[in-house]
Amino acid sequence: MRKALFTTLLLIAFPLAMQWLGYLFYVSFASRVMIYAIAATSLNLVLGYGGMLSFGHAAFVGAGAYVASILVAEGVASAWIGWPAAVAASAALAWIIGAISLRTRGVYFIMITLAFAQMMFYLVNSMKAYGGDEGLTLPRRAELGLGLDLGNEVVFYYVVLLVLLAALYALHRVVHSRFGRVLIAIRENEARVEALGVPVYRYQLLCFVIAGAAGGLAGALLASHGKYVNPNVLHWLQSGTLMIMVILGGVGHLWGGVIGAAVLLGLEHVIADYPLPWLAQVAPNYQQHASLGVGIVLLVIVLFAPQGIAGLISRKRHA
Amino acid sequence: MLELTSVTKRFGGVVATDDVALEVAQGEVHALIGPNGAGKTTLIGQISGSLRTDTGTIRFMEKEVTALRQHERVALGLARSYQITSIFKRFTVLENLALAVQARSGSSFSFWRPVAAEAALFDEARMVSREIGLAERLEVTAGNLAHGEQRALEVGLALATRPRLVLLDEPMAGMGPEESLRMIALIERIRAGVTVLLVEHDMDAVFRLADRITVLVNGRVIATGRPEAIRADPQVRRAYLGDELAA
Repeated sequence: MRKALFTTLLLIAFPLAMQWLGYLFYVSFASRVMIYAIAATSLNLVLGYGGMLSFGHAAFVGAGAYVASILVAEGVASAWIGWPAAVAASAALAWIIGAISLRTRGVYFIMITLAFAQMMFYLVNSMKAYGGDEGLTLPRRAELGLGLDLGNEVVFYYVVLLVLLAALYALHRVVHSRFGRVLIAIRENEARVEALGVPVYRYQLLCFVIAGAAGGLAGALLASHGKYVNPNVLHWLQSGTLMIMVILGGVGHLWGGVIGAAVLLGLEHVIADYPLPWLAQVAPNYQQHASLGVGIVLLVIVLFAPQGIAGLISRKRHA
Repeated sequence: MLELTSVTKRFGGVVATDDVALEVAQGEVHALIGPNGAGKTTLIGQISGSLRTDTGTIRFMEKEVTALRQHERVALGLARSYQITSIFKRFTVLENLALAVQARSGSSFSFWRPVAAEAALFDEARMVSREIGLAERLEVTAGNLAHGEQRALEVGLALATRPRLVLLDEPMAGMGPEESLRMIALIERIRAGVTVLLVEHDMDAVFRLADRITVLVNGRVIATGRPEAIRADPQVRRAYLGDELAA
């Protein structure tokens, strides 16, 4: 708990320090990390607590991003309309995809969630009215009113931070509720939970929908952050990236998604922006292949810390 | 209480249970015995609802349940335990039982309130723990229990759903003589409150506990009756009991 409080205070102070130092870029970068942290945290609910290997989470992030962007493009700039709409659309999509996918198990579940996400990817690719494969550029970020200008990087940062903390708190509450207990029990031993009289399917579906809705909110934030959205946000590589974040950070750990997003995006940034001369001599193009470095880190984590980085830190399983 | 009529299950070409008729009366301990591969566990699966029944009907408490799903049958008071221990190994004993109580006590669609604050769940779980003799082991992680204790918890999970009829699939599997005695005592204790359909290979236990016995061989019922009658039945002796009881 003290660790969480310390981290939170650090996150609150961060943009002010950066602004003072004149590194506004890092405020924007941190917002991006936190948005991915929200997306990865929502996937962690499905993957880590629900034990469902969903390989199509980008569909929900993407649906949220597109719904929010289309509304802004059509002149509905208010975040109070755009973001709830994104959440609702992603929840509805998750309900449809989940209702069908959850009739399967194991590898079939992985494949069917992947297939649905790819269908969504091709769907937005063909939406010529909203940029098709070139994506959709927005004139501005969504508007929050209340005298807050989301165009300001520091304000945007604090809004994202608030959403992230709310998401983490909600995850914490849900995991320790009756619903969460059942969910974890299903992960541990699905057949037995059914034998105890629990309609397993309904619980899994609801978990899937909650996570999809949260993913949609992350998508809406992502679109606002970059003032741009393109179909790649729904690509399966994006689903894979979110999955890697969760595994890296800690499957089934409250902070897993946050740590995974920070480490992965941080690593990519460091590799791409800080050239190592000695490495460049051996492998001239290594900076274009940041994912190789990420892959090596992932390999080390999976082999030596199967509980992810959060597991290394806490040394105690958050069941 | 439970009534099976020509219940059949095929796996591909293999007939696992074949035209089974079985009646379990309220308040009795009814044992289901037979050699390995006779279809006992398949039949338990069909009664509990984890396996679909190909043909035939299953009635429970005067109600046809053949088409009901497993969790719906549990809600009617029909619970099972497993031959292969199937507890939540990472949960403590108390958490295991509280989960089962929670499952029985209606909806778990509660997302905000910490489950740990629900005293009623844990009180009830403690009560069950006393029934199964694990009251002193509440905070132990289930995976760290001794084999006999895990078997007791296995039965406890089924009991915590407060069933009217409990299907116990080889509760004494893998137990030493002392542990078996404890399990027999446990079943003696619970029989006052719940009807038991007991699958078991331990014939001492079966003949000590059972009011009636049904013998299953190759998926078919070859005999049903009181223990003395079963012991004396020449067909049963030939097919199953053999020289075990001849002496």
